[in-house]
Amino acid sequence: MATAARVGGLRASSRQRIASAGRALKPVAEARGIARGMLWAGAAITAFFVFLAFAAPLVSPYNFNAYQSNGVRFKQLAPPSSAHWMGTTVQSTDVMSRVVWGAQTELKVVIIAVAMSLLIGVPLGLLSGYFGGPLDRALVLVMDALIAFPYLLIAIVIAFLLTNSFGGGVLTAAIAITAAYIPLYFRVVRNHVISIREESYVDAARALGARPWTVIRKYVFFNVVQNVPPIATLNAADAILLLAALGFLGYGIQPSAGAEWGYDINRAVSDASSGIWWTALFPGLAIVLLVTGLTLLGEGLNETMNPVLRRRQFGDIDFDSQNADEAEAS
Amino acid sequence: MKRSGSLRSYVITRVLLAFPMLLILLTVVFLLMRVAPGDPITAALGGRVSAEELARRRHDAGYDRPLPIQYLEYLRGVATLNLGTTILDNRPMTQVIAQNGAATLELSFFAMIVAMVSGVGIGLIAGRYRDTAADLGGRLFGIVLYAAPVFFLGFLAQLTFGKWLDWLPTSGQTSPIVGATLATHTNLLVIDTIIDRNWTAFQDVVRHLIMPSVVLGLVIGGVFIRLVRVNLLQTMKGDYVEAARARGVKEGRVVYKHAFKNALVPVITIVGLNMALLLGGAVLTETTFNWPGIGHSLVTYLENRDYTAVQGIIVVFALVVVAVSLLVDFLNAYVDPRIRY
Repeated sequence: MATAARVGGLRASSRQRIASAGRALKPVAEARGIARGMLWAGAAITAFFVFLAFAAPLVSPYNFNAYQSNGVRFKQLAPPSSAHWMGTTVQSTDVMSRVVWGAQTELKVVIIAVAMSLLIGVPLGLLSGYFGGPLDRALVLVMDALIAFPYLLIAIVIAFLLTNSFGGGVLTAAIAITAAYIPLYFRVVRNHVISIREESYVDAARALGARPWTVIRKYVFFNVVQNVPPIATLNAADAILLLAALGFLGYGIQPSAGAEWGYDINRAVSDASSGIWWTALFPGLAIVLLVTGLTLLGEGLNETMNPVLRRRQFGDIDFDSQNADEAEAS
Repeated sequence: MKRSGSLRSYVITRVLLAFPMLLILLTVVFLLMRVAPGDPITAALGGRVSAEELARRRHDAGYDRPLPIQYLEYLRGVATLNLGTTILDNRPMTQVIAQNGAATLELSFFAMIVAMVSGVGIGLIAGRYRDTAADLGGRLFGIVLYAAPVFFLGFLAQLTFGKWLDWLPTSGQTSPIVGATLATHTNLLVIDTIIDRNWTAFQDVVRHLIMPSVVLGLVIGGVFIRLVRVNLLQTMKGDYVEAARARGVKEGRVVYKHAFKNALVPVITIVGLNMALLLGGAVLTETTFNWPGIGHSLVTYLENRDYTAVQGIIVVFALVVVAVSLLVDFLNAYVDPRIRY
């Protein structure tokens, strides 16, 4: 409060906003121990891939589908060398270029998919949870049924149908992934709204005559939305795996539209029997690394922002060490 | 008497509630498959046969009738377990389910054992020794396993244990010779070979099973590690755990006697929910290892645009999912009396 008061020049509303933003970020700054390490390691890995995605044209040695340079065709299935750090594939493309360009594809799809699932799932959950009624019950029934169903299959079927009618591309893959995740966001948000709806401050707002829209916007939304960053981050990690799985099965990005790691592994799996490791290893490691990074980030956020798991600087009371101290004293 | 009565009424209510869930899933499947432009027959055979032949086949399969009639026909088919015949290779769906489904069941069963042992074990250790090297190691192991696509792990295993060390076969359910001579009773090859006391074939079948089931099991185990750990940490905050500590109960006993069992209740639910994960993982694992399971068939039929087969297989998945969620709820109600109110 003291710092907020010192910024006297600011208008009251923006001062409030800064204070609440500071409050929201406080747990991140307070994070200690493993949670802090996970948070920063995850952020660093994620940032690295975001950098790769944006700088792909500069960083990548060749284009993702280039099989020749200056009129000289690359060797097929060449092992890693100084010319091709990660070797070449059976189509003579440079593995490293495909890995770097792949970062761009994954990021595009995942950002679109997570944004779409948030835009649809969160409002749906908010309204359904706040107003209840028959619509809520019907939605819960449908979403619960869909959650129980393997989401990979939902995504495969939707990607399959969309690819048949519109062709495979970034948007097709993103829609398939979105369809798989909407039920998840809906459930998380709705359940949270249900518990918040009964809180006394919401009751108080209602008693003061606030309209439902105001209550949702000012009291419910910000409490619910705090849960979203960890979930969205973990979800992004999952979306990468889902995209790779779609690509592996041949329903992701078409090879002409962009480099995609899952598709590359699909092409490379048959190479294992001839002992060729570089065509699948590098795209695979890229997936593992990016998903690990996002997971660390998400778990770190979860541990710092979820009060159930949060550990503060002063820590819990430790009975064992107290006992030990007493034993020493006596 | 009252106790068993309440459990029974819970079971009955739950079974009744499963029907709408099943109906919703079946309707979603139907809508998805019919929203697609063109009908299944045209999609599968379009361009390959004459227009009259196409029209005749469409009429035979009933795709020229109004959608509501088709929907009712489809529901009747599911209810009588008559899911039609595949367009690609003209196999009755029941045969696909019996043969390929058995292969999936075998794979999933052993994968689940691997997942339980690795996931619950490591998760327990990580939660018990929170913020130590064991915790960090266990969690990193879990995260990396989770982060590795099952087909990539499969590739690494094939490369290491199949190609370089040459310990295990990398694809299929049997060697070609064994597969040709094997008599099938239950379609579960491990059991079939035991029935026949055919030990060379048994050995061959088990050797083929090891790599796919360990790879799939480890990936699912990675998810369990996190869940078991978090659940254990949450139960460790319970008052009764504190009370046990205050009474001077040793920490190990607190963890295993007081916290562990309660931490497992949500885990049962999650293991059940992860049936979905298992089935999804099975599709990928089977494709990687050429395992002739139902997921592998699904991919093959998808590639050939065989809508009947795809629809049939997805319906089977839906049935399995609903059955498992029922089973999980029964188990939970049995373990935790609070659930059945």
